[in-house]
Amino acid sequence: MSKQINVALIGNPNTGKTSVFNALTGLNQKVGNYPGITVEKKEGVCKLPRGVKAHIIDLPGTYSLNASSLDENVVIELLLNKNDKDFPDVAVVVSDVENLKRNLLLFTQIKDLEIPTILVINMADRMRYKGISLDIPYLEAQLQTKIALMSTRKKEGIETLKNLLSNYKDIPVSACINPSDIDKDYFESLQKAFPNQLLYKLWLVITQDVNFGKTDRNEIEAVANFKTKSKADLKRLQQRETVKRYQFINNVLKKGQTIDIAQAKDLRSKLDRVLTHKFWGYIIFFIILLTIFQAIYDWSSVPMDFIDSTFAFFSEWTKNHLPEGAFTNLLAEGIIPGLGGIVIFIPQIAFLFLFISVLEESGYMSRVVFLMDRVMRRFGLSGKSVVPLISGTACAIPAIMATRNIESWKERLITILVTPFTTCSARLPVYLIIISLIIPEGRFLGLGYQALTLMFLYLIGFATAVISAYILNKILKIKSKTFFVVEMPNYKLPLFKNVALTVVEKTKSFVFGAGKIILAISIVLWFLASYGPGEKFNNAEEIVKTEYASQQFTEEEINQHIASYKLEHSYIGITGQAIEPIIRPLGYDWKIGIAIVSSFAAREVFVGTLATIYSVGSDDEATIKNRMAAEVNPILGGPLFNFASGISLLLFYAFAMQCMSTLAVVKRETNSWKWPILQLFIMSGFAYIVALIAFQVLK
Amino acid sequence: MQHTIADLKRGERAIILDVSSIHIPLKLLEMGCLPGNSVELVQLAPFKDPMYLNINGTHLAIRKETAMHILIEKET
Repeated sequence: MSKQINVALIGNPNTGKTSVFNALTGLNQKVGNYPGITVEKKEGVCKLPRGVKAHIIDLPGTYSLNASSLDENVVIELLLNKNDKDFPDVAVVVSDVENLKRNLLLFTQIKDLEIPTILVINMADRMRYKGISLDIPYLEAQLQTKIALMSTRKKEGIETLKNLLSNYKDIPVSACINPSDIDKDYFESLQKAFPNQLLYKLWLVITQDVNFGKTDRNEIEAVANFKTKSKADLKRLQQRETVKRYQFINNVLKKGQTIDIAQAKDLRSKLDRVLTHKFWGYIIFFIILLTIFQAIYDWSSVPMDFIDSTFAFFSEWTKNHLPEGAFTNLLAEGIIPGLGGIVIFIPQIAFLFLFISVLEESGYMSRVVFLMDRVMRRFGLSGKSVVPLISGTACAIPAIMATRNIESWKERLITILVTPFTTCSARLPVYLIIISLIIPEGRFLGLGYQALTLMFLYLIGFATAVISAYILNKILKIKSKTFFVVEMPNYKLPLFKNVALTVVEKTKSFVFGAGKIILAISIVLWFLASYGPGEKFNNAEEIVKTEYASQQFTEEEINQHIASYKLEHSYIGITGQAIEPIIRPLGYDWKIGIAIVSSFAAREVFVGTLATIYSVGSDDEATIKNRMAAEVNPILGGPLFNFASGISLLLFYAFAMQCMSTLAVVKRETNSWKWPILQLFIMSGFAYIVALIAFQVLK
Repeated sequence: MQHTIADLKRGERAIILDVSSIHIPLKLLEMGCLPGNSVELVQLAPFKDPMYLNINGTHLAIRKETAMHILIEKET
């Protein structure tokens, strides 16, 4: 008989919890969201001995059950709600051997909820370097649990954990701390009021702001009235609880763990001396950023050229080999170029995610938080704002969610408001194609001009974010208590499996998420560009032929003229020309205008849109880039994408708020429409003005 | 005179005496910042803020404004 058990993975940040999750589930995992909130929910399936299947949830990392963020709330909400379909049959607390004492705090809290709990002591391969030895049977007896000593790096201990999971019923469910030891009178009267409830659970309900399942809500609300103590008193009790827990842990570890400091080899302090140095720390950070941008450019140029020409070939092949008709045209002129416009950016986006996940996995990101805090505070931000601002280079949506661990509301709000200025991966396609059209290929001090331009655009985005933060900090009158605690984890060589899974997962969601929108828009655009109202569109052939009858044109040239005449009088041409007056001062024609309008669904649509419009308007086989290079400015003559209009377009995309999903997330995170609407109008208005000035000065 | 963590110099060690100030977040206590534990100042960012500490084996960074409220006894 096969049955399924629920397993919850819980642990402090930086304990390798996700590595344990990856080791258990491999590729059998999916990432979604908790209903109603944007906290990432990771779950997977693992086969245990004797045909038992385990459904595993990787809960967000937390230092304790006293939640201070939305992510941490998820943990306590699940653990307090027995009716949740994911309520664990067994909890696995993942700890790091070097920080066992601190990790055990969370362990004792979970244990006190009387859920069967297994302790994983991870990174066991580092024990020898640190001179740590553990008396496992003693620890198991004292903590009343089963322990799996693991090293996900060396792939050790996974089978032990699986065996423990399948025998979870043998694990005692007794508590570690008796709440009455914290304050006898208070807790005894609490227990008297609710004799059937677990005391620690009641205590958590009183001290935490969490929602619970409908079934025991009434009960809980009655409990919530039991706030006989002031906030300050409650906090004093929480402090006392923490002290009690550490006393218990210290007693256990006194005999269960010995550390021979003489044997400890300390790589971290050597690295920290350089990487967090007052001067060298910043230089190194800058060099790392520079290297990343150069690498994104250099490494991906070959696969990108290959993809570009492959799609051009496909498009041509479809036209030549499928029977003529509307469907073939839709395929060759709408869908294939539209898809090409997204697939081409996979190499770059994968490299970007690769670097970001390596920076986070290695522990370096925390050093950057440390280095930048003082600087960022000048601008009303926190050192922790650096993480959203850097991961905003991938996508503003997860970046805005990553602001949740910023403790001060004002610093957090400002970070949310300015993060969309950082150059997200959706801007990358636009930048890349325009840079390749208007910036020459040469090198300066070994760095390509094109890579330098890209780096410069990233810096502009970053600088605008910081400057607007400074202004917001002066304008916004919000008082909020600020504090700042950030753990500085050990340096670790990133695990290949973790990095690879992140890169695959994020790239996949970029391609499919954006891909769907792009595909839909390409199809709509193709229809709008291929059909038009009235005489002019339908009789295009005759009109053009009579017009050019007197001149000597080859048949090919005539066809070219017919195609562009048709496009001009198609639905899209008419719309585009209607908006052209607004964008002409920026140096764009109506085709770019259409691409900008469709970019409000998602910026990366820009290239695909142009690809679709241009391929409807032309016959020959050409890559997107060649087609753009061949466009002629209808009024000024010369290439449409020249230095002035190119720079203007780059700046427009750098500043404009063109992402509906970001606006939606900002609304959700700030709980108000005020902020996203302000973002939309101020950012886009600013973009228009800057692009206008740039074009008028440069032309 | 009462010393606080904000008075530490780089590489200096001390013992934590008192953390009862309301300006100290619970999270800090949960990470091991409790009376009796040792604290070492590992590194300072420019302008001596934030401070990179080693509290009983846990490495973390806090701002000076919080550090000012954690009373210590310097090792002599």
